[in-house]
Amino acid sequence: MKAIKQSGLILFLIGLTLFTGTIFTGSFSLTSVEFDSFIKEKNYKNELIKEELQNAVVTTEPLNIFEFSSRVRKAYKVSNDHYEALIKKYDSEKNWTKKGEQYQYKIYGKPHSLSFELAKKAGLGFAAESPVLMWLLTFGLGIIGALLFIIPDVILLGKPGIKNNGIFLNAATNRGWIGWFAFVFLVGFYILLYFYPDFIVNWVYLVDPISQKLNGGNASQWFLYGFLYCTVMTVMAVRMYIKYRHNKYQILRTTSVLFFQIVFAFLIPEILVRFEKPWYDFKNAFPLDYDFFFKWNLDELLSSGGFGLFILVWGVVLTVVVVPVMVYFFGKRWYCSWVCGCGGLAETLGDPYRQLSSKTLLSWKAERIIIHSVLIFVLVMTGFALYTFFSGADQVLGIRTQTIQDIYGFLIGSIFAGVIGTGFYPIFGNRVWCRFGCPLAAYLGFIQRFKSRFRITTNGGQCISCGNCSTYCEQGIDVRAYAQKGENIVRSSCVGCGICSAVCPRGVLKLENGPEKGRINPTDVLLGNDVDLMELVNDK
Amino acid sequence: MEHIVIIGNGISGVTAARHIRKNSDKEITIVSAETDYFFSRTALMYVYMGHMKFEHTQPYESWFWKKNRINLKKGFVSKVHSNTNEIEFNDGEKLSYSKLIIATGSKPNKFGWPGQDLNGVMGMYHKQDLENLEKYAPNNSVCKRAVIVGGGLIGIELAEMLHSRDIPVTFLVREKSFWSGVLPKEESAMINKEITDVHIDLRLGVNLKEIKADKNGNVKSIIIAETNEEIECTVVGLTAGVSPNVDFLKNSDLEIGRGVKVNRFLETNIENIYAIGDCAEQHEAIGQRRPIEAVWYTGRMMGETVAQTICGNKIEYKPGHWFNSAKFIDIEYQTYGWVWAEPKENEARFYWEHESGKKCIHINYDKNTGEFIGINAFGIRMRHDFFDKVLTEKNSVNYVLEHLADANFDPEFYKLHESEIVAKFNQENNTNIQLKKKSWARIFSA
Repeated sequence: MKAIKQSGLILFLIGLTLFTGTIFTGSFSLTSVEFDSFIKEKNYKNELIKEELQNAVVTTEPLNIFEFSSRVRKAYKVSNDHYEALIKKYDSEKNWTKKGEQYQYKIYGKPHSLSFELAKKAGLGFAAESPVLMWLLTFGLGIIGALLFIIPDVILLGKPGIKNNGIFLNAATNRGWIGWFAFVFLVGFYILLYFYPDFIVNWVYLVDPISQKLNGGNASQWFLYGFLYCTVMTVMAVRMYIKYRHNKYQILRTTSVLFFQIVFAFLIPEILVRFEKPWYDFKNAFPLDYDFFFKWNLDELLSSGGFGLFILVWGVVLTVVVVPVMVYFFGKRWYCSWVCGCGGLAETLGDPYRQLSSKTLLSWKAERIIIHSVLIFVLVMTGFALYTFFSGADQVLGIRTQTIQDIYGFLIGSIFAGVIGTGFYPIFGNRVWCRFGCPLAAYLGFIQRFKSRFRITTNGGQCISCGNCSTYCEQGIDVRAYAQKGENIVRSSCVGCGICSAVCPRGVLKLENGPEKGRINPTDVLLGNDVDLMELVNDK
Repeated sequence: MEHIVIIGNGISGVTAARHIRKNSDKEITIVSAETDYFFSRTALMYVYMGHMKFEHTQPYESWFWKKNRINLKKGFVSKVHSNTNEIEFNDGEKLSYSKLIIATGSKPNKFGWPGQDLNGVMGMYHKQDLENLEKYAPNNSVCKRAVIVGGGLIGIELAEMLHSRDIPVTFLVREKSFWSGVLPKEESAMINKEITDVHIDLRLGVNLKEIKADKNGNVKSIIIAETNEEIECTVVGLTAGVSPNVDFLKNSDLEIGRGVKVNRFLETNIENIYAIGDCAEQHEAIGQRRPIEAVWYTGRMMGETVAQTICGNKIEYKPGHWFNSAKFIDIEYQTYGWVWAEPKENEARFYWEHESGKKCIHINYDKNTGEFIGINAFGIRMRHDFFDKVLTEKNSVNYVLEHLADANFDPEFYKLHESEIVAKFNQENNTNIQLKKKSWARIFSA
């Protein structure tokens, strides 16, 4: 069994190495025919960019992706610099007509996105030409290797039960070198995905065949991300099924998040695209889905007929009615650890890292400040967006709506939710985004704290303060602080993953939905002691 | 201002300190030789097993003590001078107190076995024992085999610990079946099986004769008394129970039995000195309890109680209904009320075991009146509130079975066995008890 596990690890590492190495393979150039059709699609009004780009990418030289990207970005810069200079010149000459004319010649969008688009058409080499074979060597080996590594645990972990042996003695799960390596890899991945999509264009080629089958078109980096997300979650869900096979709550919860990710976040939106409907994830509620009320999204929905209108109404009803009502009955867990994609990744890929979240009072304070700031940010931004949508004015109080949206998208949408939120799993635990950043979690948290039937019941006086519950709380809740006082746990941040209850050696904790009365039960003297003393101390 | 000095920073001493602080402004000092900060002793096993780091076993962050004005003093108390109201440390330093609480807990028993002080022989009680174990049994190449002597809760925990690092373990148990002085034979048999299922070499009904040393004074092997069998090993765990840690009081004026003798107010024979937790011995046992109770929960209760007395609200130590819990490798155990190893004369039993052999319940009730006396639950979690109320209200066994759904505390979606249990009881006793649906109204009327 150990041999199978080890060969699995080797296969996985080979797959991972090939996957990473794929970035550096292939060459990129366009024929003039391909180039012309691209320019036609783009409908540029300026000749300079056409000329510059043509010089850059129509070549017989074997350019790798980095050289290719650098040439495209240079062409972009040369062209834009030229027109910037003209704008400046006409500005100083106070020639407003001429100045105004120049703006149409500027190229908008990110240079790396332009480079990605071109590279997606320019690729030659293994990834672009034999995507199926290369998919098998990267994804295929990775998946098979990971499964071979995981499945022997059915035997190796021993009989069903909590098997956390060695977690803090392992370099992968105790911030050792493997953890730091995983951290660098994940952070690197997110930086490439969000900011340098052209550099990972070869990865995108690998999933083109799948994309064509699903939505009829070639893949974008977001399709790649969606596919990878589902793959990683599925493989790591197998690990969850094995690790918690004695615990039906965990089995059902894992199945649920996996289902919602694959069907709602991946398949349905891609199939919608195939039928020329807007890409939409029906479970992704505002304000986690922060651009729902952006003008471009509202415009797109309103121009998509009855179906677009349905999405618009559903999106509003989901946030305003469905989410709070469900939180009232079941706690925020129904969303955060049964439905949500971010939660889904955290509970599968992130599960090996849950013990790394900080439980200090200081981090609780930081958490409350940060997550509520993000909530305020998203609400203000949405206010701006709606004002812009209804009034048509592109700025409010002298601040451009677009600027605020860009800042949020960069700081929160990309850096916080992606680079930090997932990249930091191996260092700060698996719910970094959910705990410190997610504005939806903050909203659900208010309801859970003040108006909900959910609580984690503490079983009378049975707690022995061992600390397993606190250690394995991914949200950094000091569960023991409540349990050892005989107090139920009612915390806005609790996502109801149920692991505290699972790891408790004395059967002290139970996630329950019950009457609101008695949900919060401050105690000083615990059950089991003198009844008179309990009354004396607890009832004063 | 009164100065309350507490010797011992375990659950009893720390609970007392917390409650004294809640109720007063008295100066409080906790003295310990073992660690700087309070930690959960019962969690030491998880540190060795890699489930947690030692810092995770500390329930309070280090700022807690300063914020609550609880002084922490590290030092080993060697004498108590009750005539001058002072304690003396082994370096000669003295500290005076207005009131003294002795909460020094237990120490592992050693019964004078030859070789019991060799290198590699250890208990599993103090933090130092953990460090020792890490030194002598870091892995299975350094420690080829360990032998554990004594079949109680700490013994099985130590076995599980060593097993987690794939170290072969031989487990010597004096009784004919594991913990059979406490557990009825069915439960005891279930745990025997749990132990052997993970390939721990369980030897029942045997005693240790001696521990042999190699030329460097390290453990080499042990000899079993009954068979003279020699078992080679490099580590010996002595887990044959614990006794009150009161040796340092032997020459004081305090009345010492096995522990520090206390009355129901937890007062010793000397005014202003109290004793709580494992080291306290009641003059008269309370109810069916033992005079010395080395249990986490009772230590905590005594701490809660003595704090009241010290803060002017003199109150008897009057523990409520007995409860306890443990985990035997993968099988959780909870008990409420009394289920003796052997039924008493007026008692009848009902036992149900799941086909997996990993779950059971054992109910003890009065065969004449039907009054519920206690329950053992293995592999099934039960609600403390429910059974506390049942015991207080002296409900019948029939009532308990009818309301088993209210009593269950397993996580959501777990397979429940209540109807099977009730059916078995009905069949055995010719009754017609109907299981009631779980009711929040009843659960919360507690």
